[in-house]
Amino acid sequence: MSELATLKASRAPAVSRFPAHPIEGLAGTSFKHQHLPAILAEGKQDGFFEVHAENYMGAGGPPHDALTHIRRDFPLSLHGVCMSIGGPQPLDKVHLDRFKALVRRYEPALVSEHLAWSTHETTFFNDLLPLPYTQATIMQVADHIDEVQEAIGRPILLENPSTYVVFPESTLSETDFIRELVRRTGCGLLLDVNNVFVSATNHGYSALAYLDDFPLWQVGEIHLAGHAAQADDEGELLLIDSHDGPVADAVWKLFEIVIGQCGPIPTLVEWDSDIPDWPVLKAEAAAAQAILDRHAHRFMPEKAYAAS
Amino acid sequence: MLPAESREQDFGGQSSYAAAFVPALLDPDCATPAAVAGPNGKAASKRYNIYRNNVTVSLINALAATFPATQCITGVDFFRAMARLHVRATPPKSPLLFEYGRDFPDFIELYEHARSMPWLADVARIERAWLDAYHSVDAKPLPPEVLASIPPERLADAVLTAHPATRIVRSPFPAVTIFAANRNDVTGRIEANGPEDALLTRPGLEVIVRRLPPGGAVFLLRLIAGEPLAVAAAAALADSAEFDLPANIAGMIEAGVFTAADQGA
Repeated sequence: MSELATLKASRAPAVSRFPAHPIEGLAGTSFKHQHLPAILAEGKQDGFFEVHAENYMGAGGPPHDALTHIRRDFPLSLHGVCMSIGGPQPLDKVHLDRFKALVRRYEPALVSEHLAWSTHETTFFNDLLPLPYTQATIMQVADHIDEVQEAIGRPILLENPSTYVVFPESTLSETDFIRELVRRTGCGLLLDVNNVFVSATNHGYSALAYLDDFPLWQVGEIHLAGHAAQADDEGELLLIDSHDGPVADAVWKLFEIVIGQCGPIPTLVEWDSDIPDWPVLKAEAAAAQAILDRHAHRFMPEKAYAAS
Repeated sequence: MLPAESREQDFGGQSSYAAAFVPALLDPDCATPAAVAGPNGKAASKRYNIYRNNVTVSLINALAATFPATQCITGVDFFRAMARLHVRATPPKSPLLFEYGRDFPDFIELYEHARSMPWLADVARIERAWLDAYHSVDAKPLPPEVLASIPPERLADAVLTAHPATRIVRSPFPAVTIFAANRNDVTGRIEANGPEDALLTRPGLEVIVRRLPPGGAVFLLRLIAGEPLAVAAAAALADSAEFDLPANIAGMIEAGVFTAADQGA
């Protein structure tokens, strides 16, 4: 965390349009437009909001008005979904410029993207597609992360994916791949605990073993979300990262293990489809906050030291 | 080592994992790529189908979000079948999904099962214009007093600047009435016939859709193209003998069609 903290400190703009709003130790939710009236009506409260960057890449209108309100009153996390960092082709420079402009405009507390790709040649597939883990793809993904970080002038948090297939050509484990990316680029990590659980189930390995091998010291944010169940070709359980329901009990347990080990890391409950009324989503965030708070006292001395 | 220019053109090569992965995403007749597998010797068909499903369904959902009145008219099953064909034929080129669906109204116009609804494509055109107005750059509309302050003898030469949100959609069908009824869940029979022209503006945060009076579309299109007021008015009168200049000027100011007025040389 110390390395990330140093990098964070160097990125504050000279003149800020918004209050600082520290995000440390907080739980948050995806920000959905339909919740804005309920959120504003509640007034000041703890918690943060995360938005998908691409939804705010229009020129103007209600999206920017809503995001300006949110950013004024709450810590904000900017989550890129479409940079295609994990793809073999060069990054879309126009898209990178849009991303950079959003980071400048809203000064988010956190900025993240995915270890995945979504564009090939000129077609955008609107899904987080998987990549093989090889020495060649490490180089290419590391170059892309460097390019993004250079453009926005700060490190990003890279999110571990949920996957449904493997590439026989892979020569590295996902955790080795991610660790090497951190080493090469200095990026932070967004640990999606639901993705860990989904991928572990789908590929028949232990989620705890994955977490054991994950560079937890570099995690700057955690994601929690709901998943759905289907069957694979053999009729066995196949989990889908659907973001359409409450967080599963098994994912809460893994989350508590991580927090017990790392202390209170900013944690987001994602809910992107079949979106419930605000009180339901808020209650999920409150459940995450309770776990963060339960483990906060053990890490307070370190926090106080870091703040002085 | 390739020269820099040709490397820029290289999308990872024809042999890349991405090139191997994508052909079957939008083509149900295409086999699961050989480059992927299940873990521990498991098969990958149903696993890969998750990606196919995510891509197709999320893009259909994107069209449904942009064209809700169109979906309301056709019903969900009809709309999704039509949208699925469009998604497969014309997937997005931009990661910004609010830019997607520009070709969808033309697709609807040619879609054989929609031939009994000849106005459907124009309703979709209004919906596409609505989303453009929604995301357009913010600007203050022309205050009424600006035009009022131009001396009467100079008014004929006045040239106006369109507000970035302004859109006009012309239809030989009552597309505005049908659009409005299906966006606002109006039930009952729609009593409208004849052509309708839609004016979309966003003077503040809300997109407003109006039906233009006779000659109104020609008048505004000429003004938006930068022609002086008198020229635009003459064109509007030629288009419709019913064209009412004062009412159209008052209407365009109230709707926020323009941001600035230049009283000419």
